[in-house]
Amino acid sequence: MAKPIVEVSHLRKTYGDKVAVDDVSFAVQPGEIFGILGPNGAGKTTTVETLAGLRTADGGTVRVRGIDTQRHPGAVRDILGVQLQEAALHDKITVREALNLFAGFYANPADPEELLAMLDLTPHADRRFAKLSGGQKQRLSIALALIGNPEIAILDELTTGLDPQARRNTWELVERVRATGVTILLVTHFMEEAERLCDRLVIIDAGNVVAEGTPQGLIDALDDDSTVVLRFAPDDAGRARDVLEQLADSDPEVARVDLAETSPGEVVVTGTRRVLFALVPALAGADLVPDDVRTVARSLEDVFLAHTGRAYSTGTGDADAPTDTTLVLEGGRS
Amino acid sequence: MTATATATPTRVRPSGTGWRGFGRLLRTETAVWLRDSSSVFFGVLFPTVLLVGVGFGIPGMREPITGAPQDSLWYGVTPIATYLPTVLAMAIGTLAILSLPVTFATFRDKGVLRRMSTTPMRPQAIIVAHLAINVATTFIGVALALGVAQALFGIVQPTQLGVVLGAFVLGMLSLFSLGMLLSAVVNKPSTANAVASLVYFPLLFLAGLWTPGPIMPDIVRQIGQFTPMGAAAQAMDTGWFGEGFPLLQYVVMLAYTAVLLPLAIRLFRWT
Repeated sequence: MAKPIVEVSHLRKTYGDKVAVDDVSFAVQPGEIFGILGPNGAGKTTTVETLAGLRTADGGTVRVRGIDTQRHPGAVRDILGVQLQEAALHDKITVREALNLFAGFYANPADPEELLAMLDLTPHADRRFAKLSGGQKQRLSIALALIGNPEIAILDELTTGLDPQARRNTWELVERVRATGVTILLVTHFMEEAERLCDRLVIIDAGNVVAEGTPQGLIDALDDDSTVVLRFAPDDAGRARDVLEQLADSDPEVARVDLAETSPGEVVVTGTRRVLFALVPALAGADLVPDDVRTVARSLEDVFLAHTGRAYSTGTGDADAPTDTTLVLEGGRS
Repeated sequence: MTATATATPTRVRPSGTGWRGFGRLLRTETAVWLRDSSSVFFGVLFPTVLLVGVGFGIPGMREPITGAPQDSLWYGVTPIATYLPTVLAMAIGTLAILSLPVTFATFRDKGVLRRMSTTPMRPQAIIVAHLAINVATTFIGVALALGVAQALFGIVQPTQLGVVLGAFVLGMLSLFSLGMLLSAVVNKPSTANAVASLVYFPLLFLAGLWTPGPIMPDIVRQIGQFTPMGAAAQAMDTGWFGEGFPLLQYVVMLAYTAVLLPLAIRLFRWT
């Protein structure tokens, strides 16, 4: 493998008593879309902001292209594009003005007009920031992260607040950006987004990395069991459960039978990958015809559950990252 | 793959070039700032509007003062002319104290300063740009007020032009230092508005906006000389109509600058 373009090693960051990032390590290869996935408050944003040299770490090292961004935050500004979570522009600046303004800060900026076209912003180029829709603001925010022709772009929660269609469009856009050779560090709490976009990812929970790998690799590494959900007519549900419980006692392929809590008539059967083979003859023998049979696909949510013992919910974790902390400024007091 | 080819370690450069693109930043910030009609009105037109309004609205403002003793500062001067130093001091304070802190509180609230610090441009540049905009606007507003006053009322030639100019510059330094201190710490635009008003209106009163030069009660003058706006107005009064050097007022303005400006720089919050 090539030398990592981003290396985070045993990063630790606290705000007073609160540990935002406990011990986070990962490495990103050039050209990857690398995900940092976790519930709100897990420490994702703090991690990337420290990586970008915007916050001071309490421990560990962060490097971008071999440069220690804690010691030399200014040295990566030209190669690291950052899209922060919140919108951060004047209400009255137009899209084109903002892009031209930011282009002026960089040594080798991208062509603002090309970026406008790429992000479907050309029709809105003369519109003021306050008049943009949520999706347009997000696209402008991405454009600003890319205007300096960066080698690495940090995109933090870029589809939060977007409707599903806008979200899918943004995903396509991220893939287009990657196709131009930019390494992307994608911060998200959407499992689906990470699964769809990331080549590799870390899952962070309460300031620690709980899993690392490719989305498929993480899912495949889960216990080799499989789950089938059967729906029966209400009259059959009780008998079906009895039959299947007997099967669970006698057949090693079938591990467990539960009634679905929320939907009456549904029976959840867990077992080996061959559990479906065992079910069919048993149901046929008892003349039980399910109305519906579903095999449950594994997802990153199951990976999160397996590693933390908690169901994934975006609201878990600690409070929002504090905003009252000192920002390190190049040429400032650092 | 191009990304791999470029992934060779680079030597660490000294912290960015820092000011690349400052010209464009200044132009863009100016253009955007001008879209806010209230800042344009208060910065550019307000001093003139006030002078014209008072000059024509209040009877006797254009009649030379003859009731004062012949050796007084004010003898033979029109009341509207005596109002000029106060209006000039107010012109500075309007931008420094009403406009600037709201601008920075808005930036901080919206994360503009933070966004800037992710680019090679130093975020300090945006402060410099807005100081430049506000200082330039002060000059434009003052020039307009003087021009209109000259055309409509005929203003008095200052007896000591250097003292007036010095007082004006020191007034700018001390009032902008005070404005920067407010800008440094106020987080929300609404708080900035409230705090700025709480500071601005008492300063206006002590600078003689309601009781200019000749009619200022002694107690207001005594207190006012220790405020930056009041000291600026009084020092300009002396330079314009009187003799001698307004040492106390100069020292007061220098002291405000010397204390408040470093404090503002020290306390300035980026987020």
